Amino acid sequence: MNYVYLSALLFSIGGAGVLLRRNAIVVFMCVELMLNATNLAFVTFARMQGNLDGQVIAFFVMVVAAAEVVVGLAIIVTIFRTRRSASVDGANLLKY
Amino acid sequence: MSTTATVLAAATDTGTGEAVTFWVLAPIAVAASLGMVLSRKAVHSALLLASVMICLAIFYLAQDAPFLGVVQVVVYTGAVMMLFLFVLMLVGVDSGDSLVETLRGQRWAAVLAGLGFGALLVLGIGDALVTNAGLEEANSDGNIQGLAALIFSRYLLAFEVTSALLITAALGAMVLAHRERHEARLTQRDLSVERFRGGRHPAPLPSPGVFARHNAVDTPALLPDGSPADSSVSRVLVARGDVRRVPGDSETSSELEVRGDDS
Repeated sequence: MNYVYLSALLFSIGGAGVLLRRNAIVVFMCVELMLNATNLAFVTFARMQGNLDGQVIAFFVMVVAAAEVVVGLAIIVTIFRTRRSASVDGANLLKY
Repeated sequence: MSTTATVLAAATDTGTGEAVTFWVLAPIAVAASLGMVLSRKAVHSALLLASVMICLAIFYLAQDAPFLGVVQVVVYTGAVMMLFLFVLMLVGVDSGDSLVETLRGQRWAAVLAGLGFGALLVLGIGDALVTNAGLEEANSDGNIQGLAALIFSRYLLAFEVTSALLITAALGAMVLAHRERHEARLTQRDLSVERFRGGRHPAPLPSPGVFARHNAVDTPALLPDGSPADSSVSRVLVARGDVRRVPGDSETSSELEVRGDDS
């Protein structure tokens, strides 16, 4: 199914984005893209196997992703408040 | 190679309408996601991600998953992207990405890793066994009824745990976003003293806009000697590069002639 190839493509684009970008919010968006790509794969697999389990799992992925976005964005806002920057290079207090 | 042929055969036995939908929307989704990774401004990234999500919602609808298609629009493009844009506005639209490479060669390594990972995935899928059972039987009572029957029987425990997860996430967000006040609140007198003691410009900043030829918020006001007052323009506009120059400014007056006509 071509959907699986599309899902793989979107997932690797999202992964490359996580590695490339510095802005924490954009990195987070790339993670969301990866989650969406896996959802597409789940829905396609559900259709290929002829049962709805894949769709149920995609539904749970959506719920977990929503919770993750809430917490992640709260962390980004907190970091921005103390450091005045949303760059992932900025947070280096554990480095030395 | 034969597996690829099987994949193509399985792909072609979907309907023509679905194939057209796929080949129209898949390039849009890929292009939008590439643009999301590559665009300099975070707001553009957010909008492109929203368009990818809408494409995916249509794919879900095309694949006999109407419930997930609607949930995708409501939860992702509605709630999650709204949250993203909200935080973007909170953090500041002008917080651009730094283009300095802190690790040498990291960018090329990342591109290479992405390409290699994608190639591995695609080749791995090519070897996978492909069947296309279709969802007609599973969806015979309706998609939502089928999903509900599964969620409230086989996946009931996961569903209950999900509620705990949501409550934990909401609590965590509240704890993280809460700010403890460590010092006493500044009174109006304190604020006034601080404003004059700081040595900064105590009065309101000059207002922008001296020309009615275009939206004048992006045009700096003129000082008595004819030079533009940089403090009169919003710093967000400056960061976006949307500030127009004044005709008196000799080095950029031709730019105004070019840009003055477009509005």
